[in-house]
Amino acid sequence: MIGLGHYLAVGAILFVLGVFGIFINRKNIIVILMAIELILLSVNINLVAFSAFLGDMVGQVFAMFVLTVAAGEAAIGLAILVIYFRGRGTIAVDDIHQMKG
Amino acid sequence: MIQAFAFYLFATIVVASGVMTIGSRNPVHSVLWLILAFFNAAGLFLILGAEFIAMLLVIVYVGAVAVLFLFVVMMLDVDFAELRAGFARYWPFASLLAILLLSELGLTVGAWTVGALQPVRAAPTANGMSNIQALGEVLYTRYLYVFEGAGLILLVAMIGAIVLTHRERSDVRPQRVFRQVSRRPGDAVVNMHPGVGEGIEL
Repeated sequence: MIGLGHYLAVGAILFVLGVFGIFINRKNIIVILMAIELILLSVNINLVAFSAFLGDMVGQVFAMFVLTVAAGEAAIGLAILVIYFRGRGTIAVDDIHQMKG
Repeated sequence: MIQAFAFYLFATIVVASGVMTIGSRNPVHSVLWLILAFFNAAGLFLILGAEFIAMLLVIVYVGAVAVLFLFVVMMLDVDFAELRAGFARYWPFASLLAILLLSELGLTVGAWTVGALQPVRAAPTANGMSNIQALGEVLYTRYLYVFEGAGLILLVAMIGAIVLTHRERSDVRPQRVFRQVSRRPGDAVVNMHPGVGEGIEL
């Protein structure tokens, strides 16, 4: 039978995949943002799994708030990406330190 | 039995599409794999009995966030091959870190199953109530202010995105609503009464 540990395993694997994705795609900020979405998804899986197995609705409420923050973060991140691309013509973030304040 | 089969199906596809999201060469493919991951995570939530969160995931993530990603990826004309240049240099360190993190998380799950933590229910799931009704009864009473705060976050994010990406262009003539509204008939029309054959001096 499927228990809490199975869902926690899926969440852990997704979380590690997200962190791994951030590290191997260090130049491509679009994929970095997608990896952050994966991390937030894994957090949501953990919250909902605990909510279901402990019989407590709070986990699902907080999963909703995580979803809200993820949507706002994606919108702001992509807006910053668009204005960065407009000014420089590239999205390579390893020379972003040239902006200087 | 069917539940276990569905869980393994959804979990396998979630993990596989996560791998493809961070590993594919073309970011458009990455976004499409991300959409597949979200759909299957919604399936996992359905198995858990969290129907509202599952539908929210499909609507918000697939319908808004992923399409936003797709829009930006397709709008920006970027040389993606160049961005993958450091791929080979980073992966040993990245996999070391990933293995470390995974073993730590495994340790945490082990501590949980031993029973070191005692849960205290803050809002127990009510019996004989649908998931959406139970969620609403918690959300609109105990977490009302947090809910309002979430709405405020979305408003700030929306205004921030508009302010960041808005630009004044000098080569177009925009509509000036205030001038349009404040224009009166006296500014535009002059009544003349010229004599016969004299014409009008403008």
